[in-house]
Amino acid sequence: MFEQILFAIMALVIVVTSIGVVAVRNPVRSALNLVANFFALAVLYVLLYAQFVAAVQIIVYAGAIMVLFLFTIMLLNLGSPSELAERSDIKRPITWGLALLFVIVLAGGVFIRLGEAKPAGDDIGTVQMVGKHLFTDWVYPFELTSVLLLIAIVGAIVMAKRRL
Amino acid sequence: MDALLSNAWVVIPLRILIVVGFVLTAVPALVWIERRALAMMQVRKGPNRVGPAGLLQPVADGIKLFFKEDVVPEKVDRFIYFLAPAGFLIPVLCAPAVIPWGPNDRLTPIADINIGILFLLAMTSLTVYGIVLAGWSSNNKYSLLGGLRASAQTISYELAMGLSIISVVLFSGSLSMRDMVLNQQGSLGLLDWHVFRLFPLGLIATGIFLIAMLAETNRAPFDLPEAETELIAGYHTEYSSMKFAMFFMGEYASMVTISAVMVTLFFGGWLSPLPFAPFTWIPGPLWFLIKLGVFIYLFVWVRATLPRLRYDMLMKLGWLRLLPTALVNLFLVAAIIWWQK
Repeated sequence: MFEQILFAIMALVIVVTSIGVVAVRNPVRSALNLVANFFALAVLYVLLYAQFVAAVQIIVYAGAIMVLFLFTIMLLNLGSPSELAERSDIKRPITWGLALLFVIVLAGGVFIRLGEAKPAGDDIGTVQMVGKHLFTDWVYPFELTSVLLLIAIVGAIVMAKRRL
Repeated sequence: MDALLSNAWVVIPLRILIVVGFVLTAVPALVWIERRALAMMQVRKGPNRVGPAGLLQPVADGIKLFFKEDVVPEKVDRFIYFLAPAGFLIPVLCAPAVIPWGPNDRLTPIADINIGILFLLAMTSLTVYGIVLAGWSSNNKYSLLGGLRASAQTISYELAMGLSIISVVLFSGSLSMRDMVLNQQGSLGLLDWHVFRLFPLGLIATGIFLIAMLAETNRAPFDLPEAETELIAGYHTEYSSMKFAMFFMGEYASMVTISAVMVTLFFGGWLSPLPFAPFTWIPGPLWFLIKLGVFIYLFVWVRATLPRLRYDMLMKLGWLRLLPTALVNLFLVAAIIWWQK
């Protein structure tokens, strides 16, 4: 009972803040909506017994990536909303069309239900389980991802500092 | 009594009351210690008029802050301006929830979760929002610079801090704070603590954590976000009255929290330094408080001793000295633990 009430509240928060991210004009407030969204998502992970995923969600997304987002927004001083207003009118119908398509696909996925999902065990999100799967079944994708990140870092440095 | 303490609706509010109550009452005590100790180190008297030895000075300061006029500048972003002090204080008060203060798990920690240290890292990494948003919403260039500096500094030093914590995780094989303390229990007393584990690798990890913890709490010599010679008061320039007091309390409470983390991770938590008779008579929570006091004093001592770093020196220290050292240290710790198995 308690879990259902908590889920309902958090789901509501997620929906409201998700709309807020795109609807709010001020970029800093938009970023803050995203932070609140990540929090509510972390609570949902805890409700699914995925404590490790919840903690990592907050450390990585809310604690590091969004701080960098805010840092960039402030550094570029995107504070005045009027400058951000869209001017071209061609983009708008395309945006709405794509959004509608996305909603249809999502709703279709929910209603048609492509096969039943297997119920997850209680230890699905624990450190032990995540570590075991990451370093046995998924070790190649895991290492490839780290190489990808390394390439991105090297690329960023090359772009930023032409004369090193 | 036992039946009452096993009821979750009684014991959890009680635990929250104990932890949050302790952290908040430690703040005025800490202010008094800091002002008196700084005065002692600079050969002056310090506050000594209000109460015996100036003990009631923090109370007087609190009353003063409470009755001050609350000035809100005209062009601030009001919603975020009001939100920022709470956004700073709340994660600071949430963080100590996973720290065990004694061998008895009835009263502390509030929740002994299996990802304890990750929860702590998550909470400490959130404190930067309060600072950044305060700096941005104040609509003041000094505040903004303070906020930007704080965010850059926190992200830079979080990496080194995280890497030094990972070596402790490797030592104890668990993310739970309670298991980490129990892993330091042994017949050798303080030689079994993580600080002396795989000498000198544990010591290096402790040193990295120490430097990173000063930077994370924005204390001297890393107090660049509020460097008064360049930035007036940094991110809280435009805050007055109780909103300023919330930043002030948050800063001191985070000193208490991070010192408690230091004690738990590296210095044996509630364990006594020598495992025989006269020392084991002293109860665990008291040992914890003694160790905590040592680190609090260290904060003040460092502030009185070291000059503030320049901004480029701060970044160079974080990225070019601490991070590589922490990486090599972590690699050695992992290699030796693997080899010993």
